[in-house]
Amino acid sequence: MDNILSIVTFVPALAGLILAVFLRGEDAAAQRNAKLVALFASTVTFLVSIGIYTGFDPANTGFQFVEEGEWLLGLKYKMGVDGISVLFVLLTTFIMPLTILASWNVTHRVKEYMIAFLLLETLMLGVFMALDLVLFYLFFEAGLIPMFLIIGIWGGKERIYASFKFFLYTFLGSVLMLVAMVAMYADAQTTDITVLLTHQFSAASFSVLGVHVVGGMQTLMFLAFFASFAVKMPMWPVHTWLPDAHVQAPTAGSVVLAAILLKMGGYGFLRFSLPMFPVGSDVLTPMVLWMSAIAVVYTSLVAMVQEDMKKLIAYSSVAHMGFVTMGIFAANQQGVDGAIFQMLSHGFISAALFLCVGVIYDRMHTREIDAYGGLVSRMPAYALVFMLFTMANVGLPGTSGFVGEFLTLMGTFQKNTWVAAVAATGVIFSAGYALWLYRRVVFGDLIRESLKSITDMDSRERLVFAPLIVMTILLGVYPSLVTDIIGPSTAALVSNFDSALAAADTATQVASH
Amino acid sequence: METTILFAPLVGALICGFGWRFIGETAALWTATGLLFLAALLSWIVFLFFDGHTQHIEIFRWIESGSLSTSWAIRLDRMTAIMLIVVTSVSSLVHLYSFGYMADDPQWRKGESYKPRFFAYLSFFTFAMLMLVTADNLVQMFFGWEGVGVASYLLIGFYYRKPTANAAAMKAFIVNRVGDFGFALGIFALFMLTDSINFNDIFAAAPQIAEMKLTFLWADWNAMEVVCVLLFIGAMGKSAQLFLHTWLPDAMEGPTPVSALIHAATMVTAGVFLVCRMSPLMEFAPAATGFITVIGATTAFFAATVGLVQTDIKRVIAYSTCSQLGYMFVAAGVGMYSAAMFHLFTHAFFKALLFLGAGSVIHAMHHEQDMTNYGGLRKKIPFTYWSMMIGTLAITGVGIPLTHIGFAGFLSKDAIIESAYAGGSGYGFWMLVIAAAMTSFYSWRLIFLTFFGEARGNKHTHDHAHESPKVMLIPLGALSVGAVLAGMLWYAPFFGSTERVSTFYGIPQADASGHGETTSHGASSTDTVSHDAPKADDHGTSEAAASDHASDAEGHGDGHHAMFAGKPGEGALYFAPDNNVLNDAHSAPKWVKVSPFIAMLLGLGLAIWFYLVNTTLPARLAATFQPLHLFLKNKWYFDELYDVVFVKPALAIGRFLWKRGDGNVIDGFLNGVAMGIVPFFTRLAGKAQSGYIFTYAFWMVLGIAALVTWMSIGGGAH
Repeated sequence: MDNILSIVTFVPALAGLILAVFLRGEDAAAQRNAKLVALFASTVTFLVSIGIYTGFDPANTGFQFVEEGEWLLGLKYKMGVDGISVLFVLLTTFIMPLTILASWNVTHRVKEYMIAFLLLETLMLGVFMALDLVLFYLFFEAGLIPMFLIIGIWGGKERIYASFKFFLYTFLGSVLMLVAMVAMYADAQTTDITVLLTHQFSAASFSVLGVHVVGGMQTLMFLAFFASFAVKMPMWPVHTWLPDAHVQAPTAGSVVLAAILLKMGGYGFLRFSLPMFPVGSDVLTPMVLWMSAIAVVYTSLVAMVQEDMKKLIAYSSVAHMGFVTMGIFAANQQGVDGAIFQMLSHGFISAALFLCVGVIYDRMHTREIDAYGGLVSRMPAYALVFMLFTMANVGLPGTSGFVGEFLTLMGTFQKNTWVAAVAATGVIFSAGYALWLYRRVVFGDLIRESLKSITDMDSRERLVFAPLIVMTILLGVYPSLVTDIIGPSTAALVSNFDSALAAADTATQVASH
Repeated sequence: METTILFAPLVGALICGFGWRFIGETAALWTATGLLFLAALLSWIVFLFFDGHTQHIEIFRWIESGSLSTSWAIRLDRMTAIMLIVVTSVSSLVHLYSFGYMADDPQWRKGESYKPRFFAYLSFFTFAMLMLVTADNLVQMFFGWEGVGVASYLLIGFYYRKPTANAAAMKAFIVNRVGDFGFALGIFALFMLTDSINFNDIFAAAPQIAEMKLTFLWADWNAMEVVCVLLFIGAMGKSAQLFLHTWLPDAMEGPTPVSALIHAATMVTAGVFLVCRMSPLMEFAPAATGFITVIGATTAFFAATVGLVQTDIKRVIAYSTCSQLGYMFVAAGVGMYSAAMFHLFTHAFFKALLFLGAGSVIHAMHHEQDMTNYGGLRKKIPFTYWSMMIGTLAITGVGIPLTHIGFAGFLSKDAIIESAYAGGSGYGFWMLVIAAAMTSFYSWRLIFLTFFGEARGNKHTHDHAHESPKVMLIPLGALSVGAVLAGMLWYAPFFGSTERVSTFYGIPQADASGHGETTSHGASSTDTVSHDAPKADDHGTSEAAASDHASDAEGHGDGHHAMFAGKPGEGALYFAPDNNVLNDAHSAPKWVKVSPFIAMLLGLGLAIWFYLVNTTLPARLAATFQPLHLFLKNKWYFDELYDVVFVKPALAIGRFLWKRGDGNVIDGFLNGVAMGIVPFFTRLAGKAQSGYIFTYAFWMVLGIAALVTWMSIGGGAH
């Protein structure tokens, strides 16, 4: 299959189109068909995408499965994956069938709901595969829209506020990125990412309006991209849209948001910021590292006092993303490997945690922690699953959560011991908020009248969790499944970064003589 | 065989935890227990036939990233072998004991299946603990380290309906995480310095690390000192040393078999194990080991003072554990790692015995734990009484002074106190001697309050007090044997002559007449012995076997000495060439050697006076010295202090950051920048509540997507 990437990317969208055109009616049968089509399409997508994994050659650090063609208006259509992006593609195709399955109880506008998710899948996959600047930007921004709709139409009471906050926040961040992309095109005369990766953007310092810009163009471009990716991650202090969005989004929306959408920011840093603007990255590394460390501590403390389960997990997501940015900008092998690992692992763990909230929300229609207590008495299977993911969330060795946290901290320690030490306190705080949540929801005596008849997970719910459990433990015990794939590519990334910095260093030395 | 030992408990845990629905509860429990006994049997075989060579058994790859390479692997050396028997022996006996103790737990309702869960947790704990002690690299050790933490958390909170149990479980996990924070930073530092986290590489690099500087936080430090202090912080958390000890007494909320296994015999000694395992590093970090000595000695003293006034039988033993761990750290701190391991080894037997004995008392008294409601029980539960007696004789250190005949604690505790003296730590020595007097006092107090005097408290409970079933008494008997004999049987290899100790641990040795001060150590030892390690060991074994009798009889003989030799990492422990603590301890003055014995007599005498002769005296003293009594009773107010200094501020800051930071500052600022854009859109959208706006947007997007799809498929596939 020469065009496996395009097939994987567009099968979901095609299925969405089929639903839109052919499915009529709002009755139970139509709803069921919509769900089945969506589930079938996303499962097929996943199965096909396995071909990308098996056919991928880790030793080759270039792009693979590359497809190239002319597109409209003289723009190019170019797709491809390398060691950094390929697993995000797999993560996306893996998570989507589960979210569809988790949405089986949706009754409101089922057809549109499924179309929105299928479209979202296509757009997200496109982000991770696009090798053309314009194409990337299109996927990146268009992805906002289905998510905006998912929150705005199927969300909770405050959904309008949350969806607009989400949209504006992320959109405003992206405008700056667009400006930088235009500047990049002007400088390099191409939008081909593979070419841009080898292009050297000017790093000569200059003064503008009396401000001395160290690192020159690179620093400015870095900042412009940073605005967009930092919001997406989200990094402190531009994280406040995330808790609102999560709280209002339907369960499946939260799952996609946490598991995949947030990863676009981290992916962006690895695809653009670090390799294309090494000098700019280096100049601003201290700032990013400190923002990350503050994020870990700040949001962990905030998570500790939350009364809404989803908000708590949302804040914990921000803290975990702090480890990611920290690892990326440690810019060494352990840091970058750890960051990618952490993103993948967080994809499974946060997805599962939001699903855990969804399970009891479906039954009791409240996310308030105080409304629960003692669930273990009636829901032992749920208690077990929730415990496993709570432990994974606090980074217990043997679960995937540990590997990412450990590697990012290890990488950061080599760069800056202060940042590493501050961020490492996150392992204490995370234990605090996660166990406190678990204790209040699951442990204790079941005394609330409303909970006396609550039922344990049914087989559909167990089926949704099973793959996530397998992945969380498998990657925790045998992380080579991931590191073997990403290792050579991250090694190349790191060594290119280092040599670019060294070259820039000699250049400035020569200039000053 | 080692792999079987390691994984048998895991298999047991899985079968018991998940399989009991299929094979039935009883079968599941016996499977787990049977596998544990199998592991214990194999462990003893390994221990007894172990030849001193370090072996590596690789299982499969773990975390790999650039130059970082970690495997799941077993390092089998003497340290591992000692821990294997300690862990599996106590664990298997505790499994057996639990059949009786957990039989009709009043915490559960009729028909609730709690036993498979309990046994699964116990077996899982054992697995994690074995991973910890068999690790051949720091990360795998960290896996075991956190794994036992989770098992401990689950077992402390086993009675999940009890709020106090849940709180204690959380506290244990979080306080341990504070220690883990230090441990993790220590691992990162070592990786930065040596580019490896495997023991072999780290140990080999030890002399170089000692020369390096490390910029850590605000200053440049000697790299080795930083690493050792960080690792020790981890040990402090797990082994409940002063400042990180607050979780251990609360951990008594768990069922008593758990306290015996985890919070007395095995898990809490992991910190001591870590420090001893790191002896090749510790030997190069004089400041860090000095710190260890001080913390250990202070903990031994502090915990003993608190133990004097507690009335909950389990809490007395918990503080006693905390105190005894302090002893072990003093030994490690002054460089006598083998004495620390000796006490760890004997302590496992007599402390598990005391806990299981206490469990038997609690079982007899219908889950009453307050000693003020006991009294006169020795007739009702004679077997328990006698085993507790043996445990107490062992922990207080009863034996014949200036010989090697006595209960387990007599030999191992005296070894530590002599080492502290010989190691030049006057503070450590005196603290430990004072603590020994207090140990004797509170241990005998426990015995007298429980088994002697009049029956106090609920009469009905006393009337129905009964001896425990056989499954509980057999473990008591087995541990009693250990508490009596472990010290005498293994004195020589742990704390005998240098030849015996070095043979036992597989440490290369060199001949030296007297205390060779300026012997050209490197050259001579490499030539004669450590150049060819296996040969050296063979040589050592035969020599030791030959001189076995002689060296035993000789005891503290001076004159001709062997010396510890070899490079860091050869053998299970490392003693620096200038580390003469072992010999100096043997030749310590007589008053030093008898001082713990005198302290023990003093404590015993006072306990008799207070609790047998003049039984109203304690109450009157408590009234007279009320502030002091309250200070001790409230455990020096550590919990209250931490609540004010850490817990409350953390929550307050969290609330502040949430409401003010996220709410007012960030959202306020961004809303300001966006000139009220969000509220504006909210109003706009509010007008379009009918949902039309979303429908339009929806179809618009769909249209765009269709266009893109069509174009790209057309363009992409040629």
